Order: sequence, then C-alpha cells, then structure tokens
Amino acid sequence: MQGSMSKDVMTTLVVSAALIWALPLMVSTYTLTILIIYGMLGLSLGLIWGFGGIICFGQAAYFGLGAYTYAIAAINFGESTIPMLLAVIVPAIFAALLGLMMFYGRLTDVYLGVITLVVMLILFKFINSTAGPQYVIGNARLGGYNGIPGFQTLNVPGDPSAYIWGDAYFYVCAVMLALVFILVSALLRSSFGRIAVGIRENEIRMSLMGYDIRARKTILFSIGAAIAGLAGALFANWSEIVTPSLFSLRQSAEIIIWCIVGGFSNRVGPIFGAAGLAYIKILLGQQSMVDNTLIMGIILVVFVLFLPKGLVPAVAELWNISFGRRKRGASRSGRRVRNRGKANG
Amino acid sequence: MDLSAVIFIEILYAVASLIMISAGLAVVFGMMKVINLAHGEFMMMGGYATITAVNLGVNVFVAMLIIAPLIVGLIGLVVERLVIRHLYGRLIDTMLATWGLSLFFIGIVTMIFGNTTTGISTPIPGFTVGNYQINGYNFFIILVAIALVILLYAVLKGTRAGLIARGTMQRPDMAASLGYSPDRIYMATFFCGSALSGLAGAVLAPLVGLVPTSGAAYIAKAFITVIAGGPSLIAGLVSSSTVFGIISQTFSFAVSPVMGEVALLVAAVVLLRLLPQGVTGKFFKGKL
Repeated sequence: MQGSMSKDVMTTLVVSAALIWALPLMVSTYTLTILIIYGMLGLSLGLIWGFGGIICFGQAAYFGLGAYTYAIAAINFGESTIPMLLAVIVPAIFAALLGLMMFYGRLTDVYLGVITLVVMLILFKFINSTAGPQYVIGNARLGGYNGIPGFQTLNVPGDPSAYIWGDAYFYVCAVMLALVFILVSALLRSSFGRIAVGIRENEIRMSLMGYDIRARKTILFSIGAAIAGLAGALFANWSEIVTPSLFSLRQSAEIIIWCIVGGFSNRVGPIFGAAGLAYIKILLGQQSMVDNTLIMGIILVVFVLFLPKGLVPAVAELWNISFGRRKRGASRSGRRVRNRGKANG
Repeated sequence: MDLSAVIFIEILYAVASLIMISAGLAVVFGMMKVINLAHGEFMMMGGYATITAVNLGVNVFVAMLIIAPLIVGLIGLVVERLVIRHLYGRLIDTMLATWGLSLFFIGIVTMIFGNTTTGISTPIPGFTVGNYQINGYNFFIILVAIALVILLYAVLKGTRAGLIARGTMQRPDMAASLGYSPDRIYMATFFCGSALSGLAGAVLAPLVGLVPTSGAAYIAKAFITVIAGGPSLIAGLVSSSTVFGIISQTFSFAVSPVMGEVALLVAAVVLLRLLPQGVTGKFFKGKL
C-alpha cells in the first residue's frame, strides 16, 4: 500500500490522458464537460459517504453554494481567479460550521441525513425568495427564482479578456478532475484517510483508540464540500447562469443515484456512475415517449435491490473471478484493496 | 380580538395540516422503522385519485375519505410486496429505494395526467369573522386531524389488532412464536400508513394546485416532523407538529410565508441538535 502511490498517480495520469484524448472523438466536448463536472460532484459525495460513512442527503447544497459564490464574486471582481478560489473556500467553511454543529452534537446516520437535507432546503427557499432588488451582494443581484445570468466566465489568470471556453474549457475541467482524483487518492492513502475508513467501519473502536472522530468527520465533510463547490463553480462557467434549482431535492437525489449505481466505496465508481447516468439522461431527454424521472427512479430501485454495492465493484469482482490471479487464503481486506487497484486501472 | 381569533385558527390549522401530512409517515416509521421517502408522492396520488373521482361524478367527501385512501393503500401494498419487503431492517437502503419509487411515481403520473396543474374547488364555503375572511375548509381539516389522532390512538391502544401490531413491532420473533406472521402484519401496517398518506393528500388537494411534483413540498416537512417527534408514535407526532406549526405560522404572520417555512426548517435543525433522539426521546418516554 505504501509504495504504490506513485504507481497510482501514473495509472491515473495515463488513463485520464487516454480518456481525454479518446472521448472527444465520440461525444461533443460541450456534453463531455458537464459529464466531467457531474463526475467531480459524484466523487465528492463518494468521498464523504463511501469512505467517511457520513450520510449526506444535501450534497447539492455545496454544489449550489459553489456556483452562487462564483457567480456573485465574478460579477464583483470582474475576473475569475479569486472567485474560483472563493467557490472552493466558502462551501468548505460552510460545511465545517455545519459539521461542527452536527458531529459535535454526536448526530448519526438518519439524523445527519435529515439535517443536511433541511439545510439544503433552507438555502433553496431562501435563494428562491430573493427576487426583490433589496437582495444584493456588492454589484450582484441574487435574482430569486430567475437566478444570476451574465457573469464573467473563466479566464486566463491575470487577463480578464482571455476567456477559456469551448474545447479549451473541456481540457481545463478534465485536468481539474484528474487533479482532484489524485488528491483524493493521496488523502485516502494518508493516515487521515485510513482512519476515516476506520471510523466508517467502527466509530466506537476508533474513538476508544484515541482518535477525535468529531474533528476528523468535520474535516472530511468540509473537504467533500470543497470538491462539490469546485464542481459548482465549473458548472456555473459551463451553463453561464446559476439558478436555485441547483439546490433542489431532485439534484441531491441524482447525486445519490450516481453514487449508488457506480458504487460508493471506491473512487472511480461515483465518477463513472455520474458521467454514465448523466449521459443516459441527456440521450433520454431527446425522446418524449417515456418520462425521464421514471427511468431514474427505476434505476435507483433496481440497484438498491439487486446491486447495492454498485456497478464498478460488481464488475471488478466479476473480473477478478474470471481473470484475476487469486492467492489462496488472501484476507478479505487484501482482496478488497486489490479490487480497488483493478478498478482504477 | 378578531385578528387574534384568526391567528389562533390559522395556527391550529397549521398544526392540523402538519399532523395530516406526517401521520402516514409516522405510522410506517414509528411502527416499522422504515422511512418512506415516496410518502409525498403517495399524497400526490391521493390528490389525483380524489380529483379523478370527483370529475367522474362521485361525491367529493366520499372521494376524499374513502376512495383516495383505498387506492393509495393498494398502491402501497403493491410497493411493500415488490420492494420494501426485501429491505426491512436496512434503514438507509429503504430510504434510497423509496426515493427511487418517488421518482418513479412522479414520472408515471406525469405520463398519465401531464405536467399541468389540476385542482377542485373547496367544498365548504368560507365565512367572515369581523373584518376577516376565514376559509371554512380549514375547520374541516382541523376536525379530520383530531379525528385521525383519536382513531389512531383508539386502534393501537384499544383493539386486538393494534395490540398485535405493537407487539410485532417490538419483538417480531416473539409475535411469530405466538402464531402471528410478522410478514402479514408489516404488510397490513404499510397498507394503513399508505392509506393515511392518501387520505392526507386527498383532504389537502382542494387547497393546492396539484402537479406531479407536488409531493416534494410535503416530504421534507413530513420527514422532519416525524424524525423530530422521535420514537413514540402519537405523542411524537402531536408534539412536534405543535411546535413546528406554531413556529412556522408565527413567523408567517410576523415576517412572510417564506420566512415561516425557513423558520420551520431552522427550528428542526436546532431541535435535532438539542434533542438528537427527537422530542419523545426525552419527554413522554415510553408513551404511545
């Protein structure tokens, strides 16, 4: 486990470079950009739920918060470098404060779900009601139900007139996702990440071993929110408008569906789940015979019932059974680590 | 004087509607520890059942109080047999599966009825108190809510079926060894919970314009009320509905309806932080 970080980075770089080269040949970069952004959003929930065991029904809150922070800051600053940073920092701080309240109150499973959901709904209701001219931050009107259009989109740092858009923007997003993925891998390999997994497995045991689980959960939650915020800022740049629907119940449901379908407890599952389902949704959006929501619902139910671990672990397991070299008597955890390595490659 | 009477009635109405909204979810969660996130859609379907029945010429009260609960109860029965039955004891998985079901129902209702607003007029005329107009239908909802709570209590406490149900919820193995099938009892309980959801949706239908996504407006409130209520079914339902109803309605009058909703949500967060096991985790312990 220790020595393989460099190998891990190499694999990530090679695979992502291959995908970045190959995918635009098949799908338009405009569509691919949004798939990548959703992939990053899925990864953020996969990190806190799959590895930290924090049940968050309101991950869309940080996505929306990142998007709104970016839009508001971009209007006020007239360039995009500081707004991008703010869009990561603001959701992280917000989540840290919420985490302080939740984890230090020793709230667990379903209660965490309720509170994260409720906080998202509060944001949704609040933003929806800010249509009046009195709701202004700097030069930016919050715009209520109509959202905020017409802000400065991503530019080359230091030169506000050099916009990054189209194909170039796709490459920026793809590189960002690869970077975030490597950072998440590094985090999970660090002692912090391994202790986080330990907390997921057995909270009492970890606290008896002397780890401050409350602080660790808060930090992990905050990191997840930062990634979701980054995804939100990238989304704002892609769509060039932010609306309250970013905070909606449906958006949160979709993030969870992506993670369930892809598989929670590995890093690639949520990304592929998100990108795959979002692509299916785009394809389905082009026909009007069957309602889109209906199919998403069926997918979620079927996966919870029949494949609760998700697609990527199931495929990895199948791969291992068919082609993998299995050591006799290998421990269960050892096998799981190997699965993860395979899934990444 | 007139104003305070109106405010009092409005608060009573807010509490009553919260009880109505949450009752179905509370029965299913309190008895079976299953959180049905498709609850809002069950209510929505109750509303559609009522409207369809009324348009076919059925008396509106028959449609609301009998037809809608029956239809939604039957849908709940099918859902329980096909999906939820396999997930007992896995709280998070049931939530996710029922969330999927909720999307499924939104989709299917959109395909049948279209994405348009439908509605029926309130069957009870309004009347005036001093300078203010009060919706007479609000009284009907308050009465139904009171009747509902009394009925629920009477059934659970007074009848043999209620006793068996409560026993099964506490120790399914014991109930099974006494010759009652937990499977059948869960099924019946889920039917009752769904029927209550359908009833709530039907009774509230004349007040709202119904769209396939209206369920989302209810589910969050119901979910919060039930979780904040805690383990005791009826005491939790009534106490948390009262707290939230008073808070949201006070803020609605003092500031704006949106702030009323926000105040309710903030109150829920604070309440859960202070009483992580819900109101009845601390007070009224061991009551029904």
